[in-house]
Amino acid sequence: MAETASGLSAASAQPARGFRSALTEARPVRIVLIALTVLILAVFLVLPLIIIFVQALDLGLGQALATFQDPDAISAILLTLLVAVIAVPCNLIFGIAAAWAIAKFRFRGRAFLISLIDLPFSVSPVVAGLVYILLLGPFTPVGAWLLEDFGVRIIFAVPGVVLATIFVTFPFIARELIPLMQEQGTGDEEAALSLGASGWQTFFFVTLPNVKWALLYGVLLCNARAMGEFGAVSVISGRLRGETVTMPLQIELYYQEFRALAQVSAFSMAAVLAGLALVTLVIKTWFEWRYADQLAAAGKGH
Amino acid sequence: MGRIRFREPTIIPGFRLTFGFTIFYLSLIVIIPIVGLYIKTFELDWASFREIITGPRFLAAMKLSFGVSLLAALFNVIIGVMIAWVLVRYRFFGRRILDAIIDLPFALPTAVAGIALTALYVPAGWIGRLFEPLGIAIAFTPIGIWIALVFIGLPFVVRTVQPVLEDFDREVEEASATLGAKRRTTILRVILPPLIPAILTGFALAFARAVGEYGSVIFIAGNLPRQTEILPLLIVFRLEERQYPAAAAIAAVMLTASFVILLLINLIQVWSQRRFGNG
Repeated sequence: MAETASGLSAASAQPARGFRSALTEARPVRIVLIALTVLILAVFLVLPLIIIFVQALDLGLGQALATFQDPDAISAILLTLLVAVIAVPCNLIFGIAAAWAIAKFRFRGRAFLISLIDLPFSVSPVVAGLVYILLLGPFTPVGAWLLEDFGVRIIFAVPGVVLATIFVTFPFIARELIPLMQEQGTGDEEAALSLGASGWQTFFFVTLPNVKWALLYGVLLCNARAMGEFGAVSVISGRLRGETVTMPLQIELYYQEFRALAQVSAFSMAAVLAGLALVTLVIKTWFEWRYADQLAAAGKGH
Repeated sequence: MGRIRFREPTIIPGFRLTFGFTIFYLSLIVIIPIVGLYIKTFELDWASFREIITGPRFLAAMKLSFGVSLLAALFNVIIGVMIAWVLVRYRFFGRRILDAIIDLPFALPTAVAGIALTALYVPAGWIGRLFEPLGIAIAFTPIGIWIALVFIGLPFVVRTVQPVLEDFDREVEEASATLGAKRRTTILRVILPPLIPAILTGFALAFARAVGEYGSVIFIAGNLPRQTEILPLLIVFRLEERQYPAAAAIAAVMLTASFVILLLINLIQVWSQRRFGNG
């Protein structure tokens, strides 16, 4: 910066070439940092994404698409959709109820309750599957009672897969809604109520429109995780081909076959889930860009 | 009013319904099963519990899981702070796309990440091929586990540091520069200290996630007992052998570790709110 001929140019509105603001780094430093960032993200994030599609198309598009005619693959896709269709609405209702209770009222132990809701994020998926096996497995009193008196099998069956998925996606919607609704306060609801609206009217016509984007965003993340959960579902499902195998589990089954054709099938199915992840990211980015103000309060992460 | 209220009065309805449902659903899905796990662990007498948690296979898995997770989380801190810095402070072509792709490890199913990373790092893979002539094997070694854990932990530090950096008051930097501080001094003494709570939180989140991670690791790990076998996999083996109390004991150790980490995160946030007035 000292090489500028006169100090005047530094003081003018348009700094001269070679002048460096005291609030940023030297140009070479900036270039190195940007290059390193691009390199790290390319190696760690972009390459894994690309190789999924490359491997899926290893034997041509026809072979990749043939995966989806396999009855095992079809039943895995259907089961995955079924699990998401049950798990996401359960956590949606919970998320709304929890956010209403926590954000619209002040009571003792609120912070502790939020910590409890976040808990499933820090529990290993394998442990999540295990806790239900220990509680509801066929060798436990509850599991035996359900099996003998009602003929309902939970563990190593579809209900267990749903339960495990609900556990691992438990906090997603609640944690998108809680900070936003806390920020918005209770003024709008109080106005609606004092004008004679009922509680439900207030919720549907005042609160819900205020949080609809955060809600959609939470549903999206919850759905992506529900369809992609591996560890918890793997432990609890017993991996019965065509019965309790979801898409991620079917990927593992294909992958372990070690035949070239099965490898293509594994990566083709992985490509579908990777596509879902990409769509989720695109919609998320679009939401953030379009509704930055409404999502800002919700914070980032997870 | 001497009586301490549980809830402050308000005209908004629905507290009993929503609070009741929240507690009911939380207990059913999360609390009862987790308490059940600890109860199951207590079915073991002390001697057999000690035998499980001092067995060589358990200790090796424990060392591997916590050790590699620590190394991965530390690496995540270094690159995470750098990435957050570059994304917030510099303007360049493609910045928005990079920003969007940071969340990929959150959105991509772990099993998909696992087979993709394995395909890249096996000796014949795109990246494994570069290291093979040097005699370095990545897939099916602890290095492979480290790669997978760096992948899944990458967003945590970036996403905790980024908002704090965005809200950082540039006038403080100006003041520091005006008072004659070199850029390096300003970064280390003025900008870095307020970022520390966010960095610690991101580190703890990445570490906790790494210790429990399963799907992305097992494909690339090789899963050799005492060498590349992680703790969650040991639980899976115990389950397949139907040794439920042993599985519960390992899980209880892991759960307790995550409770400790959660507590630490909360303490960091309380401390940071006092020290810097932000979360």
